[in-house]
Amino acid sequence: MKAGRFSKKELTTYAIVVAAYIICEILMLTGIMSSHMKGLLVPICYYAIVAVGLNLCVGILGELSLGHAGFMCVGAYSSALFSYVTESAIPTAPRFIIALVIGVVMAALAGFLIGIPVLRLKGDYLAIVTLAFGEIIKNIFNAIYLGTDSTGLHFSLKDMASMGMEPGGKIIINGAQGITGTPSDSNFTIAIVILLVSLFVVQNLVSSRDGRAIMAIRDNRIAAESNGINITKYKMLAFTISAAIAGASGVLFAHNISSLTATSQYFGYNASIMFLVYVVLGGIGNIRGSMIAAVILYMLPELLRGLSDYRMLIYSVVLIVMMLVNWSPKAREFREKHLSFLKIKKEAK
Amino acid sequence: MALLEAKNLSISFGGLRAVDGFSIEVEKGELYGLIGPNGAGKTTVFNLLTGVYQADEGRIILDGKDITRLDPVHKNQNGIARTFQNIRLYSHLSVIDNVKVGLHNHFHYSTLAGLLRLPSYYKVEKEIEERARELLSVFNMENEADVMSSNLPYGKQRKLEIARALATDPKLLLLDEPAAGMNPNETAELMETIQFIREKFGMTILLIEHDMKLVSGICERLTVLNFGRMLAMGETKEVLKNPEVVKAYLGE
Repeated sequence: MKAGRFSKKELTTYAIVVAAYIICEILMLTGIMSSHMKGLLVPICYYAIVAVGLNLCVGILGELSLGHAGFMCVGAYSSALFSYVTESAIPTAPRFIIALVIGVVMAALAGFLIGIPVLRLKGDYLAIVTLAFGEIIKNIFNAIYLGTDSTGLHFSLKDMASMGMEPGGKIIINGAQGITGTPSDSNFTIAIVILLVSLFVVQNLVSSRDGRAIMAIRDNRIAAESNGINITKYKMLAFTISAAIAGASGVLFAHNISSLTATSQYFGYNASIMFLVYVVLGGIGNIRGSMIAAVILYMLPELLRGLSDYRMLIYSVVLIVMMLVNWSPKAREFREKHLSFLKIKKEAK
Repeated sequence: MALLEAKNLSISFGGLRAVDGFSIEVEKGELYGLIGPNGAGKTTVFNLLTGVYQADEGRIILDGKDITRLDPVHKNQNGIARTFQNIRLYSHLSVIDNVKVGLHNHFHYSTLAGLLRLPSYYKVEKEIEERARELLSVFNMENEADVMSSNLPYGKQRKLEIARALATDPKLLLLDEPAAGMNPNETAELMETIQFIREKFGMTILLIEHDMKLVSGICERLTVLNFGRMLAMGETKEVLKNPEVVKAYLGE
């Protein structure tokens, strides 16, 4: 039987996050942390969140998705739209909570709808189609014009003029320029809370009845069918939750910057591949590992800015070293032998 | 009435008629053998019975219910469990988690209860844990509960697959070459295990096997397949004496 309500492994993960939070808060209070570094804290959190969410899809469900930047985009836009419109009407705290719910639900809905056709595919095909859907989402948001005036809402996918707005109207989404003036409601504390909730959801899912069914499908689909596991249901469940978590990350993204644009840098397939790099290097199926990898790999290029030209060179060397250390059998053997004291003792059942 | 009744099952792959007019009646509590040379269509019959393939013709009736057109998931939920010729365990899950997957449809709590760890999660998980350990102890594997299933020795992997199939609480258990790749000692032990689960759970078992010693030792009745057709069926001893069967196995 499990000791207490949570396993040691789960508690360690939460403890790492809380400890990191406390250390960062202390560094900020004592003024040691540079303002540049302070600005990185929320992005670190939302990339860690999306890595945790993607690991649910890639590591636990075993399906390679390259569309998670798209789900993040859905979460970002839907929540930013809400916050922008209701900025003067609702106070900050409830507004952000509602925005978060909207972002998560919209991303989950997008995940669900895209999951219906996509989860029929396997392996590389699934990766290609999710990549395409991610790009489609980004491009749709790039093309949306939305405005409001005395006659009501105006919408166009073409250009501003075709909305036919009155001169005094207010533009909400301005095509490729996105939403400008979203209130910056997120901060480091909120980001950490959302990260903890994401970890809570994913870790609880993994050790539940549904999680076992999902992993059974990953390990052997035919056997899972013969054990009476509803394949479609559990694939959809995992994919939808994974998309929802990416949406939560998008909400943080949108409320951390004042102008939200669906650029390739943040929401294109390159971003999706970057998330995948976090997951793979952190360990496929290793929730805590993907979180840590996201933190390290996001911070690294930022911290190496001083080295200008050599920045990406060092970054790629670190990628290779992490890959070797995490995955090569020799390195694993070495870790088992010499670093086993770092490992948490297997919990007594 | 027979527990399993299959009538005139046929399936073709392209031009090849892999199974042609296969019929079987397995009584409740019976241990029935299905034998035949390589490529005779034995596993195809299993795949038809479990819904992996849909039969072109024929009907399958389990316990009075027509289950011909059901998919594997619903065939299992109606009471057919199976093992596989090439072992299919959940290799990244522990031994006990493999069994827990088998118990999936018999213990329920909502997804939300699982995500939020509501009290029902702890209550039902405890029941699942107890039941899974109980099943493992039947197979003398309770000490390996937390071992990764891919790290088990071969014979135990076979046993675990049977335990997992039993966890789904079937009416009929299909074993596809359970003794394949086992040495004589392991085979003897497996024979005992099969006898034991049959008595303990009152299980009806349909078994594909190559090992004649195992077949003649435990099966009451046999059906012999050759080239997708039924060559003979009846009491084990008589079937094995049948000159047609000897010819199919040993040549002329």
